[in-house]
Amino acid sequence: MSENETADEIIICQDVCKWFGDFQALKDCSLRVKAQEVVVIIGPSGSGKSTFIRCINRLEEHQAGDIIVDGIPLTRDVRNIEQIRSEAGMVFQQFNLFPHLTVLENITLAPIQVRKMKKEEAQETAMGLLNRVGIPEQADKHPGQLSGGQQQRVAIARSLAMSPKIMLFDEPTSALDPEMIKEVLDVMQELAESGMTMLVVTHEMGFAREVADRIVFMDAGEIVEVGTPEHFFTNAQHDRTKLFLSQIL
Amino acid sequence: MTTAAETPSDRSVLPITERYALLGWLRRNLFSDLFNSLLTLVALVFIFTIARILLRWAFVTAEWGVIPANFNLIMRGQYPAAEAWRLWLVIYLLGAVAGVTWRLISGQFSGAARVLIAIPFVLMLIPFFSMGTRLNLFITAVASAAGYYIEGYLPIQRRGRAAVYFILAYLVIMLLLLRGVGAEEGPMPPVSPILWGGLLLSLLLAFFGITLSFPLGVALALGRQSKLPAIRVMSVIYIEFIRGVPLISLLFMGQVMLQLFLPDGFPLVDRVLRALVAITLFSAAYTAENVRGGLQSIPRGQYEAAQALGLSAYQSTINIILPQALRAVIPVLVGQFISLFKDTTLVALVGIFDLLGIARTILANPDWLGTQQEVYAIIAVLFWIFSYSMSYASRRLERRLGVGVR
Ligand SMILES: Nc1ncnc2c1ncn2[C@@H]1O[C@H](COP(=O)(O)OP(=O)(O)OP(=O)(O)O)[C@@H](O)[C@H]1O
Ligand SMILES: [Mg+2]
Repeated sequence: MSENETADEIIICQDVCKWFGDFQALKDCSLRVKAQEVVVIIGPSGSGKSTFIRCINRLEEHQAGDIIVDGIPLTRDVRNIEQIRSEAGMVFQQFNLFPHLTVLENITLAPIQVRKMKKEEAQETAMGLLNRVGIPEQADKHPGQLSGGQQQRVAIARSLAMSPKIMLFDEPTSALDPEMIKEVLDVMQELAESGMTMLVVTHEMGFAREVADRIVFMDAGEIVEVGTPEHFFTNAQHDRTKLFLSQIL
Repeated sequence: MTTAAETPSDRSVLPITERYALLGWLRRNLFSDLFNSLLTLVALVFIFTIARILLRWAFVTAEWGVIPANFNLIMRGQYPAAEAWRLWLVIYLLGAVAGVTWRLISGQFSGAARVLIAIPFVLMLIPFFSMGTRLNLFITAVASAAGYYIEGYLPIQRRGRAAVYFILAYLVIMLLLLRGVGAEEGPMPPVSPILWGGLLLSLLLAFFGITLSFPLGVALALGRQSKLPAIRVMSVIYIEFIRGVPLISLLFMGQVMLQLFLPDGFPLVDRVLRALVAITLFSAAYTAENVRGGLQSIPRGQYEAAQALGLSAYQSTINIILPQALRAVIPVLVGQFISLFKDTTLVALVGIFDLLGIARTILANPDWLGTQQEVYAIIAVLFWIFSYSMSYASRRLERRLGVGVR
C-alpha cells in the first residue's frame, strides 16, 4: 500500500477485538475508511455493529488491535480520546438530547465548553446548522417539545457544531415513526454529498444503496464482507450475507 | 331557583347560582349515597368535637400572657436587647434580598410578590406588638419592595448574576452584624453565638446546616460514583457511618470530640458552631444518598452523548448530569431539609437555646409554671409556618423548572 493511500485513510481499524466478560463481541475486525467516504454497516441484531462504531470514539474500549482516527492512535491516553471525540460526531438511535437545555443550548454547549468558542459565535453557527437541517424555528424549544424526526435532526446539528471530520451514526432512524424517517435520511444524504466522512449503521437499504460508497456486512462479531452497493445487492459472495439480504429485502 | 340558573348573565342573581353550585358540589362529593353521607356526618362530628376543644382551649382556658412576656426570648434568646437593632437590620436586608429573589423568579409583579410584601403587614396586626416593632416591620416591607424594584431596573441577562451577588453579600453582612466587629465598647460589640437563641438560632442552624451540607452531600454522591477506588470507598464509609448513627449522638460527639480533630492550638470552637458541624456532617450523608438517587435516574445515553461531544468528565457532570439529577430530587431534598430544620431542636439537649431550648427555660421559670400547653403550641406553630413555607416554595420551584422537561 502506497504512502499516499494511507494518508488518505481517516479511520483505520486493524484486528480490533472486544470482549464483554467471556463473550467476544468483536473478532479481528479490520476496516479502512477514506476521507469523504460513506460506509454503511449492516448485519443482524447482536452482530456487533453498535459495538464496532462505539469503539471508534471510545464509548466502548477495545482490548486488542489498533484504531487510528485521523492519525491519532486510540490509546488509554485521555488527551487522545478527547481529541478523537471532538473530531468524530456521533448520532444515537435514541437521540440523547439534553432535556433540560433548549435546542440552541444543546447545540452550543460543546463548542462553548470544549472549543472555547464565544457564545454569540456559537449561537450564530448553531442557527446556521438549524437552517441546514430545516428547523430554525425550533431553536428556543426544549427537546421534549419536538417530534422524533426533529429531535434527531437537532442531534445531527449538535454533532456538526463541533465541526467533526467524521460522523458516526448508530441506527439514526430506528426509533422514528415511518413518516419521519425520510426527513432524517434527507439530512444525512445532504451531509454525505457535502463530503462528510460517514460511518452509518442502518437497516435502511434504500439509503445504503443510494448513498453508500461501500457496505460492510457484520455477523457474530465478524466483518464478513465489504463491497460496493452494486456488488452487495447483485453479487454477494458469502452465504451468510445472502441469507441476511434475502431476509431483509 | 330554576329561572335563576337559566339566566346566569343576570348579575343580580349570581350569589344564588353560586350557592346552587356549592350545593351541587356538596351533593356530588359528600352526600352522593347513604354510606358517603354517613361518613361525612361522622367526620363532621369528629372535626367539630376536636375544633370545639381546641377553640375552647385557645380562647377560654389558655393563659397567653406567657408569650408576650417572653416574646424577645422566643425570638432571639439571650441576644442583648441593646444590640437588637442589628437583628432588625438583618431582617430589613432579608426582606430586600427576598424582593430581589422574587423578582428574579417571578418576572412580573405576580400575586406571590404581593404575598411577600403582605407578610410584614400581617405580622403588624399581632396585638401585643409595640409601635417600634410595627415600624420595623413596615421598614422591612419597604425594603422588600425596594429590592424588588431595584432588581427590576437591571437588564434581564444580568439579573441572575446580580441576585447571586446580593445573596452572597447578604450572608457576609448578616454574619458580621450578628457576630459583631471591633472592640467591646465599639458601635458593634461582639456577641458570642452562645447568646444567640430562640427562633433566630433555629433558623440559622437550619439555614447554614442546609447550605453547607448541600455541596458536601453532592460531592459525596459524586464521590460514591467515582472511578477512583480510594474516593469511592471513603465516600461510602462516610455515608454509611453517618447514616448508622443517630443525630443526637453526633451532636454529643461534636460537643466533646470535635476539638480532637482540629490542629493543636486551634482556638476553642464554641458550642453552637460545634453543633452546626455535627448537623452539617449528618445532613450531608442524607443529601448524598438522595442525590445519588437522582444520579442513577439519568439514562446512560446522557453520559454517552456528552462524552461523544468531547466534554470532559467535569464538564459533563456540571452541565449535563447534575442539573438533571438535582432537578429530579428537589422534592426529596426539600423534604430532607424540612426534617433537618425540625431536627435542629435536638441541640436543646446539648445545652443550646434554640426554640425548644428556650421553651424549656421559660417553663423552668417559676413565674410561668403550668404554661406548657401555650408555650409548646406556639413553638409548634412557628415550626409549622417555616416548614410549610419551605414545602410551598419547593412546589413552586418544581413547577417552574418542570417547564419543557421531557
Ligand atoms: N454492555 C454490554 N455488556 C455485555 N454484552 C454486551 C454489551 N453491549 C453489547 N453486548 C453484546 O454484544 C453483542 C453485540 O451487541 P451490539 O449492540 O454491538 O449489536 P448490534 O449489531 O448493534 O445489534 P442491534 O442491531 O440489535 O443494535 C450482543 O450480543 C450484545 O448482547
Ligand atoms: Mg445496535
